[in-house]
Amino acid sequence: MSNEPARGAAPAPSAPFGPEAHVMVGSADMFVNWARKSSLWYLLFATACCGIELMQTGASRYDLDRFGAVFRASPRQSDLLIVAGTITHKMAERVKRLYDQMPEPKFVISMGSCANTGGPFYKDSYCVVKGVDLIVPVDVYVPGCPPRPEALIDGILQLQKIIERKRNFGAKKA
Amino acid sequence: MAIFELLQGKFGDAVAELQSEAVRPPFVVVSAASLPEIARFLRDDPAMKFDSLMCLSGVDCKDRFAVAYHLHSLAHRHYIGLKVFLPRESPSLPSVDDVWPAANFMERETFDLFGIVFEGSKDLRRILLPEDWEGHPLRKDYKYPESYHGVKL
Repeated sequence: MSNEPARGAAPAPSAPFGPEAHVMVGSADMFVNWARKSSLWYLLFATACCGIELMQTGASRYDLDRFGAVFRASPRQSDLLIVAGTITHKMAERVKRLYDQMPEPKFVISMGSCANTGGPFYKDSYCVVKGVDLIVPVDVYVPGCPPRPEALIDGILQLQKIIERKRNFGAKKA
Repeated sequence: MAIFELLQGKFGDAVAELQSEAVRPPFVVVSAASLPEIARFLRDDPAMKFDSLMCLSGVDCKDRFAVAYHLHSLAHRHYIGLKVFLPRESPSLPSVDDVWPAANFMERETFDLFGIVFEGSKDLRRILLPEDWEGHPLRKDYKYPESYHGVKL
């Protein structure tokens, strides 16, 4: 070990910062994504029977807390909007407003058939929005009418996988 | 039915007929103009005491509209229905929300979905649909709009 610097000597010049420092950027991305996916605070927002399953998922038996997901009563403190239930055209404006009030980065799970496509109200309904993705961008769709808590938990795990792949630093992909 | 005969004796031609075949409760068809008077009598008369308006609904019979009132008496435990037929062109009838305050929300719903106007109502606005909605969707001849606020229907 002859080229090891002597004790007390100045350290060798380090690798340059910036886009070339891939190791540094990769681990920073990993750290930030790990923090984000592990504390997905979701907004208390339920408009139909899916909301009952959402409550059940958050309660002690299915215990969404163990994935770091806890409910918040304010969009200002939420990372995740779980649209649980039928969205009418009258409600759609409120959904949009709540989504706009959430801080970035924000994610949306569309829970249940009504939020996905309009569900049983797809045909012959003058008042139901045919899918909440007409109003806000959706990351994960959870099918079911209503979905069981296991399905919603799977949706959150899928969202965590999406967050894991996000790149926050370094050169932007074209 | 005894109540029908009593009403007919008291209000005469304003009480047209009794529909009791295969419907529950039996419906007394009354004229629109006499409705508040009959409603007040049914609520206040000690033998009637219809203190509860259980349901108020609109019906589109294609050639005309109808408004149906389901009444129940908690004191005497009897019930009856009132029915008012309205012309399709200008459906309007007097409000009964000063007789039964519960009528207000149901009248607003009937106005919202059928466009039936309740004259003298304390507060007749849309209750379910947005304020700027056009048309009355439960009418049989309702045409669905293409979109609402830029979102397709």
